[in-house]
Amino acid sequence: MAASERAARPSIDIRQTMTDLLVPALAIFTALVIGAVIIFFSGASVAAAYSGLFSGALGSPKAIANTLVEATPYILAGLAVAIGFKCGLFNVGAEGQIIAGSLGSAIVGAATIPIPGFIHLLLALLAGALCGAFWGAIPGILRARTGAHEVITTIMLNYVAIRLADFLIKGPFRDRTSTAPRTPTIREDVWLPYLFGPEYRLHAGFLLAIALAIFIWWLLEKTTIGFEIRTVGQNPDAAQYAGMSITRNFVLAMSLSGALAGLAGACTILGVEHNYKAAFSGGYGFDSIAITLLASSNPIGIIPAAIFWGALRNGAGLMQLQSGISINLINIIQALVIIFVAADQIVRWIYRLPGSGGKRITFTRGWGG
Amino acid sequence: MSPVLEVRNITKRFPGVLANDHVSFTLEPGEIHAFLGENGAGKSTLMNILYGLYAPDEGEILINGQPVQIKGPGDAIGRGLGMVHQHFMLVPTLTVAENVMLGTEITAGLLLDQKTANAKVAALSAKYGLDVPPDALVMDLPVGVQQRAEIIKALYRGADMLILDEPTAVLTPQEADELFMVVRSLKAQGKSIIFISHKLKEVLAIADRITVLRRGRVAGIAEPKTSTEGSLAALMVGREVILTVPKTDAAPGAAVLTIADLTASDDRKLTAVDRLSLTVRSGEVLGIAGVQGNGQTELVEVITGLRPAQSGTIALLGQDITNIPPRAVIESGVGHVPEDRHRHGLVLSYPICDNLVLCTYYCEPFAHGVVIDDDAIDANADVLVKEFDVRTPSAHVNASTLSGGNQQKVVIARELSRENRLLIAAQPTRGLDVGSIEFIHRNIIAQRDRGAAVLLVSAELDEILALADTIAVMFKGSIIATLPRASATRESLGLLMAGVTTQEP
Repeated sequence: MAASERAARPSIDIRQTMTDLLVPALAIFTALVIGAVIIFFSGASVAAAYSGLFSGALGSPKAIANTLVEATPYILAGLAVAIGFKCGLFNVGAEGQIIAGSLGSAIVGAATIPIPGFIHLLLALLAGALCGAFWGAIPGILRARTGAHEVITTIMLNYVAIRLADFLIKGPFRDRTSTAPRTPTIREDVWLPYLFGPEYRLHAGFLLAIALAIFIWWLLEKTTIGFEIRTVGQNPDAAQYAGMSITRNFVLAMSLSGALAGLAGACTILGVEHNYKAAFSGGYGFDSIAITLLASSNPIGIIPAAIFWGALRNGAGLMQLQSGISINLINIIQALVIIFVAADQIVRWIYRLPGSGGKRITFTRGWGG
Repeated sequence: MSPVLEVRNITKRFPGVLANDHVSFTLEPGEIHAFLGENGAGKSTLMNILYGLYAPDEGEILINGQPVQIKGPGDAIGRGLGMVHQHFMLVPTLTVAENVMLGTEITAGLLLDQKTANAKVAALSAKYGLDVPPDALVMDLPVGVQQRAEIIKALYRGADMLILDEPTAVLTPQEADELFMVVRSLKAQGKSIIFISHKLKEVLAIADRITVLRRGRVAGIAEPKTSTEGSLAALMVGREVILTVPKTDAAPGAAVLTIADLTASDDRKLTAVDRLSLTVRSGEVLGIAGVQGNGQTELVEVITGLRPAQSGTIALLGQDITNIPPRAVIESGVGHVPEDRHRHGLVLSYPICDNLVLCTYYCEPFAHGVVIDDDAIDANADVLVKEFDVRTPSAHVNASTLSGGNQQKVVIARELSRENRLLIAAQPTRGLDVGSIEFIHRNIIAQRDRGAAVLLVSAELDEILALADTIAVMFKGSIIATLPRASATRESLGLLMAGVTTQEP
């Protein structure tokens, strides 16, 4: 897929790598240009809007720290979607898996257990990963055993997760001291530690996300586990011929995917929110599909793509303040980026780039059976 | 009468393959002209050229005596040439009439004129005895009726010539009989029909004339009256000079593969392998000859663990390997050159070096625990690319960039690089050039001489005759005769392949 695979090998074509990076870069550029046109026609100042967006996102150390905080769940959830794609599965259920992971980590994090805070934190993270993995494994098993398409089952499980979480925080796990339905607030020594103090908000979850991106890249490219996942994704018939188990890899990929999405939720709970409130996730799971597309499923590429997404979200507020443009412009720009990345022939045509030579992102196979 | 369609010296090359080599034929008005040939003989390429999907490299096409250039399916239809594909091009959720008028909708104002469309379809249906209900949803119809809806689609667009691409492949025998009646009725009304098939019996039953294609060339033109299944089979698999492979007499040793009473189904749950028994010895090439579709594919899949056996046993060196997983089969010492290299043999989007370890990536030295050793994989690739003469700029380019012959060499290199007790080679040289064929043949013989047992499945009679020490003829799922190479002739095999066993004891 991405040309940075096998980076250590001598055969890497530098120009191919550049073109691979060029298309997303030009897609972003084109989206920003079109965004500028929209701002102009809505009567606001393009300069004010974009300078607001920029300083809100990256203009100060605090802004940068906030952008990275926003990017953290995007990186983890993006990795989740990418692992699915690599195995030929389209995990639309990151949203539900994030909710499962968040809730798991919020409950374990707030539990009163007589152990040191750091160990407690690790347990809470583990709970998030396991709950997400469980939520991801269900569609994996259904697909492997019955052929039920994961797109359908993951979407359905998203709703189940949302309703189940609602029930749990209004019932068994409700914080009795609070009027709003939410889980109890987690003790401060169980939080993900701030890297530069509380005023910068940036927590250790960001480092965990970076480490996991590198780990997933290594897992996919340098281990037999990843080789099997990728082979099943690229050619299931050949995988079976070579003695790999498609069933096992479907379940494994979906569980790993769910675990990463669960960690995305756990990091937000343990690093930012410190309890689970109603209507928690806010679409991280769906945005992560877009981020994965932008990075063409490359685990390392997901880091900059997620930071870009985080920057847009984080800078939107100041943009609105400075120019009066609605923060919904950000949604338009995000949508345009995805259109141009998905329909990369448009970008290639605008900028007269050579064709992609039939290289395509593996989305999912076996649609409709 | 002059021919409605004449094809002169059509040649079409693909990288590494000569798909059509100076093919010529004529189609007379009201004629049913059958094209017979194995998969890969060039039938599909020829029809795709006629239908405007490919441009020929050489040669010309004349319709009603006028030279034409067919630019695409729309152009072909416009010139009266309709095609019924093997896989139907129908929208399942629309009615027959809606499918038929798709693209040329009959409208009344802004609305579709269902009534007129239904009436037109009903009229066509009645005229040719097609018996297709115009207002039924396509998805509710049996396959045979869907096919007739496809025929109506072509007739509706004014087709005088119809290409039927393997029309019986998806039909039950009863549906096939109905189709034959339809085809005869079309002929009676003056339509010309090109009927593509690899089934001898039906071609003899339906055709006025049979053109046999083989390796992209016209191997012969036969009249059904003066032909038999045996003569067609011989024509189909060739009467060319036998490719000779230098080899000594076999020194067969102990039995390596023993199959007893094996039964298995195909994808449609019909019996494909029927109480088959077979023994392959070490140091021997056992060639399975047979017209394609007699269960050879399924047999290989069952042995390699890719398809379940319903009854019977498969033993490798005395050990039962019936219904064990594919990996266990590989690990017990079986190499498998699969019939379809693109589907099973290769991951086309992977570099050559990864394809070369597709079955052994998890073993030392290619992996230590779960960690893959790229250096070991590269070193392995360097050795094998050189040894098996894979023509490529580097072992790091994707397998998809190689020619067919070189792709097959990658598969062969991988499967021969293990110390196998049994090598299964299914159609190992299909679609390849002579140079690659010779190379692959020599390597298969080298495996035999090393002491491996070789099970060769090939639709090419030449290949069987050149390589096999013992020949087993497979017909309708069983081995109907086993004979030593020395006592086999092309004629005797041709008869056996057609299921004629009278002269055999």
